[in-house]
Amino acid sequence: MLTEEEKKEILEEAELYPYPAAACIDALKIVQKHRGWVSDESVGDIAEILRMSEDEVDGVATFYSRIYRRPVGRNVILICDSISCMIMGYKTLYKYISEKLEISFGETTSDGRFTLLPVSCLGDCDNAPAMMINDDHYNNLTVEKIDELLDKYK
Amino acid sequence: MERPLTGHIKTGAPPLNFKEYIKAGGYNGTIKALKEMSPSEVTTQVKSSNLLGRGGAGFPTGVKWSLIPMNLERNYPKYLVCNADEMEPGTFKDRFLLEGNPHQLIAGMIIAAFAIQAQTAYIFLRWAYKKAERELRKAISEAYREGFLGKNILGTGFNLDIHVHTSAGRYICGEETALLNALEGKRGIPRTKPPFPATSGLFGKPTVVNNVETLSWISHIVEKGADWFKGLSLTGTGGTKLYGVSGRVKRPGLWELPLGVTMGEIINEHAGGMHDGYAFRGVLPGGASTDFLVEEHLDVMMDFSTVAAAGSRLGTGTMIVLDDRTCPVAFLQNVEKFYALESCGWCTPCREGLPWVEKMLSAIEDGKGKMEYLDILKFHTSYMGPGHTFCAHAPGAAEPLQSGLRFFHDDFKRHIEEKKCPWK
Repeated sequence: MLTEEEKKEILEEAELYPYPAAACIDALKIVQKHRGWVSDESVGDIAEILRMSEDEVDGVATFYSRIYRRPVGRNVILICDSISCMIMGYKTLYKYISEKLEISFGETTSDGRFTLLPVSCLGDCDNAPAMMINDDHYNNLTVEKIDELLDKYK
Repeated sequence: MERPLTGHIKTGAPPLNFKEYIKAGGYNGTIKALKEMSPSEVTTQVKSSNLLGRGGAGFPTGVKWSLIPMNLERNYPKYLVCNADEMEPGTFKDRFLLEGNPHQLIAGMIIAAFAIQAQTAYIFLRWAYKKAERELRKAISEAYREGFLGKNILGTGFNLDIHVHTSAGRYICGEETALLNALEGKRGIPRTKPPFPATSGLFGKPTVVNNVETLSWISHIVEKGADWFKGLSLTGTGGTKLYGVSGRVKRPGLWELPLGVTMGEIINEHAGGMHDGYAFRGVLPGGASTDFLVEEHLDVMMDFSTVAAAGSRLGTGTMIVLDDRTCPVAFLQNVEKFYALESCGWCTPCREGLPWVEKMLSAIEDGKGKMEYLDILKFHTSYMGPGHTFCAHAPGAAEPLQSGLRFFHDDFKRHIEEKKCPWK
């Protein structure tokens, strides 16, 4: 069930469009902001509040790469794997993080602390390689900076 | 040299707030348009400036506006949408403008909305641009407070609301009709054209979609005129351009330069040339969806028509440099993987063709390629080209591949003959 806070935020967004269903992506993002991911139950709740079918909502949810339909860790690491970051060595970063956390792309550490995902270009190409942890951007990365960086996220 | 777009942006410093920006004259064009001009006069001026869309396609902005029906009653909803969904690999120019001078964008959006008589505008913003979102929201609320947004703007009777919509990923949402679907809360799949957004766009209503850099120009053009704008470029097209370089150059970055400076000047002077120990092999001049250019093209002027004449596209003007220590096959495999993943899946050549191309490039890179693969790849570039697909996604993917196959033929051949990547 959606919390009162989630409902309020969703309805506020819906006000900005001519009809409620137009706020579907906003609603998915609001739920994900509070819960980390979007469960089947939440898809149903969003469908109800926006007067859509569950399949419609799920169709939207599964289209967008930044909507998670499976649980993720407390922190999500997004490593840019696009061309400028490839030239500047994202693979070295990935290898280091992957070995350190013992997870590959698409996996979550057993303690639920980190999920590791690839992401398309973050617009940091002149400061490549780049990545995000949750909402924070990091660029000009080297392997030496990683340990300290990850320590900030518990 | 004038730098109208970036003159007020100081790297590392916060953007000018409303009071600072208006003191700097930043809203002069907006005040002039709303108080002294009619909507059609604004459109005519932008048309005569020859401002070409900075999102990559280069369509004349004034012409786009003039396609909006104006003979409807005053309250008929029309929309202005700012495309801030920058996501093409190697492209980082709009981010700089959004973070560095949000009021410049708002000043332009007010004029654009006035010209087409839209009362609602949306900024469709890339989800990853968190700082841009914070700065935009702050600037928009300042503009409301100061009477530049909301009801009866500057006492002229013109009303405008600007909403920020943050997206949820997918490159295809930068395609204007896919963007409109995404803004309507649907899957971001491109629409059939016609009808064009000018007649049936957002929520089925007349809509103009313009890029961030394009809209950032408007208040300057209205204030200083079409001739001033034309005089800024070296080629007569009009304006300066944000040019960027990424890859193994000494100083990767972004510069505002007259439209038409040569590629060589940007790479060798502004970006400082290649990093020590790396040699230049080629460049995608305008983002990942543009054809490779090579050494012989360094004197090509970076303008829409001149880059096209050299066999590529100006695109977004942000270049990705290929160096001699990066494998061109791995480069292309990376680019094509991006396009394969980001295909919306709507039409067959794109949905099936792109993964096929990516697998074939991976096989060659892994030393499992055969010579006939090169013909199959070439065949794919033509069948994913313009006219065969629903939108420009797959044709964009075909551009670096078709030119890469040509310029780096010997590298492909070596992979196949030596059964391994010579760079590994």
